Amino acid sequence: MSAVELQGVARRFVTPTGAVLSALEDFDLAIRPGEFMAIVGPTGCGKSTTLGLIAGLARPQAGSVRLFDAPVTGIDRRVGFVFQQDAVFPWRNVLSNVSAGPLFRGEKAQAAEERARDWLLRVGLKGFENHLPHQLSGGMRKRVALAQTFINSPEILLMDEPFSALDVQTRELMQEELLQLWSQNKAAVLFVTHDLDEAILLADRVAVLTSRPARVKSVHTIDLPRPRAIATLRYDERFIAIARTLADDLREEVMKARAAH
Amino acid sequence: MADAVLSRPAASQAPVEVLKVETLADRQRRRRRLVSGLRLAVLVVLLGGWEGGVEAGLIDPFFFGQPTAIAAKLAEWVRDGTSIGPLWLQVWVTIYEAGAGFLIGAVLGVLCGIALGRNALLADVFSIYIKVANSIPRVVLGSIFIVALGLGAPSKIALAVVMVFFVVFANAFQGVREADKNLIANAQILGASGWAITRAVVVPSALSWILASLHVSFGFALVGAIVGEFLGARQGMGLLIATAQGAFDANGVFAAMIVIAVVALAAEGLLTVLENRLLSWRPEKTAGE
Repeated sequence: MSAVELQGVARRFVTPTGAVLSALEDFDLAIRPGEFMAIVGPTGCGKSTTLGLIAGLARPQAGSVRLFDAPVTGIDRRVGFVFQQDAVFPWRNVLSNVSAGPLFRGEKAQAAEERARDWLLRVGLKGFENHLPHQLSGGMRKRVALAQTFINSPEILLMDEPFSALDVQTRELMQEELLQLWSQNKAAVLFVTHDLDEAILLADRVAVLTSRPARVKSVHTIDLPRPRAIATLRYDERFIAIARTLADDLREEVMKARAAH
Repeated sequence: MADAVLSRPAASQAPVEVLKVETLADRQRRRRRLVSGLRLAVLVVLLGGWEGGVEAGLIDPFFFGQPTAIAAKLAEWVRDGTSIGPLWLQVWVTIYEAGAGFLIGAVLGVLCGIALGRNALLADVFSIYIKVANSIPRVVLGSIFIVALGLGAPSKIALAVVMVFFVVFANAFQGVREADKNLIANAQILGASGWAITRAVVVPSALSWILASLHVSFGFALVGAIVGEFLGARQGMGLLIATAQGAFDANGVFAAMIVIAVVALAAEGLLTVLENRLLSWRPEKTAGE
């Protein structure tokens, strides 16, 4: 059984000029329960579209999207989603942002708040309960977003370039933090990124997508042992060898995408 | 040697920095004083020019009034009441009509704006009618309301409602449409359903649009009430102006204008307090950029 399975999926858009644009075509991908899968591909190839289909935010025009062998019919409660941009609610303080999920799901206010406090402790935001998002740094806002998502104990975690807006040092910290949170939660993760190093550092398998319309070009198994030390792993010889193979694979597609533009 | 080189600039820089900060604060204070001084000067020049022009025979006070006479008129109204009754009663009647019209119009506008903003079909069906209704000069409806609802407050309130509704509606609608798609998607995935999304995401993000429209629309509510009173009433600031106009009393018109301006400014102040209270989550304007 796969946690996520896409089979022959197509997703097409109609542009304002009336032309049909194919984001995904004949797209196959399967993620095992508890597996950390990263997908990389040229910009604008349809990586985010894939996440939207799995989350139930959009429907495919062809093919099937299944979660734990059941077709996706809408937004699934087992799914968590960390967005690229800040998606924390700017008018809610940190505590109430984290407790939002449990409250939306009908949990009692007091229980939700207690659990939110526990999660703030885990992501290192104790003492910031009453801060508003705009009073926090980008990295801290990401921690809020992670706590907000993990508090719902997702079995499938979708992440759309979550750390791309952060500076290098903060990004490294957040990657480490993510791996640590994930090692306790063991969700199946689909992590979209355009940063090849990030994909290799985090994932069990990396899928390389073709330029638009996106298909899975190849899937690489990353057999680096866990727990991984993000800060030093990138100088490891095995890491470098994997990165080289993947980079060659990806470069072809990036060149194709550039030629098409 | 190296020590001396390193420490000397630090030692000599510190007092300079402090001095700079002081002069900056001083400069700001001096500028603030300059601005208030110039503002006062503009007022003095305008009023003095007006008064002097009348004294010199350049401005005819019969048509354009005279500042001292306007002040005397206001004092007289406060002391002895106006020709149509005590001043506070006229002010209160107008505030009541404008306030009631404002509240009803704003609530209706917000409700309709959110309903249409959240429902694409409703929005497509009604948007054309709203555009048409918005392009009609709505003040002319005052005549109909006077005929239908009589000389009392209801006709003025109805006119104020019509004036306010469209402004608030258009802003609420736009605010709902502008709600961040990512925030809505996030709320959905976190577990919010239709009504919870409206309450937790759509309304808070539309709020800054709605509050901005309330500032403008209280002015419109006042216009509605006063024009309504102009067209036919037994009480109110509009009637007071109409009476002054009938008596060729330019000073009376200006005095009434000042009273209305005070009311409008007070309402504006209250709305600003409300806005700051409701939007306290926004970053400080000066802190950004």
